[in-house]
Amino acid sequence: MSDTPRKPRVGLFVTCLVDLFRPSVGFAAVKLLEDAGCAVEVPAAQTCCGQPAYNSGDRADTKTIAAQVIRAFAGFDYVVAPSGSCAAMIHAHYPRLFEGEPDMAKQAEDLAGRTHELVSFLTDVLGVTGVAAKLEGSYTYHDSCSGLREMKVKAQPRALLNSVARLERREMPESEVCCGFGGTFCVKYPDISNAMVERKAANIEGSGADLLLAGDLGCLLNMAGKLKRRGAATKARHVAEVLAGMTDTPAIGEPKG
Amino acid sequence: MQSTSHAFKDNATRALGDAQLQKAMENVRGGFIEKRLNVVEKLPEFETLRDQARDIKNHTLAHLDLYLERWEAKVTERGGKVHWCTDAAAARDAVLEICRAAGAKTVTKGKSMVAEEIALNQHLEANGVTPVETDLGEYIIQLRDEPPSHIIAPAVHLTKEQVEADFREAHNHLPKDRSLSEPVELVSEARQVLRQRYLEADVGITGANFLVAETGSSIIVTNEGNGDLTQMLPRVHIVVTSLEKVVPTLEDVSTILRVLARSATGQEFSAYTTFSTGPKRPEDLDGPDEYHVVLLDNGRSAMLGGDFQDMLRCIRCGACMNHCPVYHAVGGHAYGWVYPGPMGAVLTPSLIGVAEAGQLPNASTFCGRCESVCPMRIPLPKMMRHWREREFERHLSPASVRMGLGAWAFFAQRPRLYGLFSGLAARALARLGGRKGRLSKLPLASGWTKYREMPAPEGKTFQQLWAERQRKGTGS
Ligand code: SF4
Repeated sequence: MSDTPRKPRVGLFVTCLVDLFRPSVGFAAVKLLEDAGCAVEVPAAQTCCGQPAYNSGDRADTKTIAAQVIRAFAGFDYVVAPSGSCAAMIHAHYPRLFEGEPDMAKQAEDLAGRTHELVSFLTDVLGVTGVAAKLEGSYTYHDSCSGLREMKVKAQPRALLNSVARLERREMPESEVCCGFGGTFCVKYPDISNAMVERKAANIEGSGADLLLAGDLGCLLNMAGKLKRRGAATKARHVAEVLAGMTDTPAIGEPKG
Repeated sequence: MQSTSHAFKDNATRALGDAQLQKAMENVRGGFIEKRLNVVEKLPEFETLRDQARDIKNHTLAHLDLYLERWEAKVTERGGKVHWCTDAAAARDAVLEICRAAGAKTVTKGKSMVAEEIALNQHLEANGVTPVETDLGEYIIQLRDEPPSHIIAPAVHLTKEQVEADFREAHNHLPKDRSLSEPVELVSEARQVLRQRYLEADVGITGANFLVAETGSSIIVTNEGNGDLTQMLPRVHIVVTSLEKVVPTLEDVSTILRVLARSATGQEFSAYTTFSTGPKRPEDLDGPDEYHVVLLDNGRSAMLGGDFQDMLRCIRCGACMNHCPVYHAVGGHAYGWVYPGPMGAVLTPSLIGVAEAGQLPNASTFCGRCESVCPMRIPLPKMMRHWREREFERHLSPASVRMGLGAWAFFAQRPRLYGLFSGLAARALARLGGRKGRLSKLPLASGWTKYREMPAPEGKTFQQLWAERQRKGTGS
């Protein structure tokens, strides 16, 4: 950790899916960041990173949304998202959106440079090497595509999960293969998406782990939904919940109480 | 080739229900990926070679006219002839004309995707010339009257058992009780049948992996050696290829060859890398009397200088499809035209139009695995997105998608309204989920709930809960 007296000011990019479906992931992220010495704020003027528009070819709306995010997160030391996909959108794609608009491009570049995926931010920027959490059981980890390929997240979550007491890792085959979510893809091409998530679920179950972990809620909703439909016993959680020791809430898609 | 790319969705659904195909596709997942990884790990400079290969092609494309002219001059100097063809019809006719002039009844053919692109076999047959495919995979699909399903493994959609059945039917002059259960038995039977055909052929047609400006050579890269026989034995050799295959020098080609086989089949080098430079010279022991190159444009030059120029770097190694989970799920035929997988999703709309092939660049999760293995570092997902942008601008995307997106974008740009709306949605969906915590059916989301449960929201949005926490002053 740095010796500067001032805590790093982190703006949490909640992501639209965490906001709507699973606030507990957001609170887990806040806890992890605060435990690591950050002052966390959550700008109210955020909605979504714009991927639904961007990946549908709607560049105009994407730019408007990106500009809104750029404004909302001006002035933070860092911007952190509990999602490799949304972090990659801001980090790798925002600057490309404003080619030919030097002023906006500069602001997008600036934001891109400050934006990180949660777990890799903890390890690579803050130097966190372990957490205090404890969880009885075993997990398998799905490497979500954007996090893996655009944000280079692979070893970091495993390293931190390694420090969770009593938790055992059971890798599945093809952990780097897409789960078939793909944002709008899963509703535009339901049959193909299903074939992909069916295979993923079989790999997850085959690992024998009690728990599926990943760093992106979109993929998790897809995989958890499929596991449930298959009647599998495997539970699914966002990696932040486990690292923060916040596993008393029902797992994704599990009954309440 | 007649395209069914517009029917990609139906094609895909059919493919998903095809048990034989699904069984065959396991071979793609199993074989190519691991072999590539093994051979790449053994070459520390592989990533640097990728950069160099990309730069060589970028440089060539920036001066394409110059290198093509230089190449043509060399071909001519060596006694060969170049036939420039703007479209498929011109290329078909050029080949037919050469065949006619040679009085050809049968032609042998090595593997060529450009020949598929111009539907050469159908044209030759219709005009009384019999094409005989000599690449094992091409031979198999010719027997079945099917298009290739993969750019380097044309019959990869078939199981060994299917091929055995095809051979028993086609080669009915051979003993019925012969064993054909092993792949090597299939290969040797095909060799045996084809041997005679090489000698009968008047013309041999091959593709080209590269054209070398410095020497006027064309290069084919194969593993079966069939290409060599195809181009050496007949009196006339026709190379059917396209204009982006040119590279400046032999040195450049050696760099790119080092990434090609590794990316394609996981070999350090293919078994045969054959250079052809003009017809037989007086001192040569063998070789053709005539050497022709039918050089196809068919929309490629229009890609120069635009959003899709990078696609012209493609060396047709197939790594992108070998690693594509969508390709694995549906196979190559679902893509509906010559080029499948991620490279097809970018190239096909360029060549036959986005109105016909617009589904292809949409059928991707943007997982990025293709780009991560492409030896030429082609940004495939980025270019698929460019196609989606074109479709969106031209109002080619479905009205329901545009409306849904429009409504969503309206809220997404108004955080207060958005917060209100998502708060209501979280509550309503949580209530629908009830104690179960999930929904099995959800109107408007049937694409999701047909196949999986929808985990229910927890009840309040993060923003609502965060605001409550701030009010209570528990924030740090
Ligand atoms: S796009 Fe890249 S990976 Fe795909 S065939 Fe072409 S060179 Fe190979």
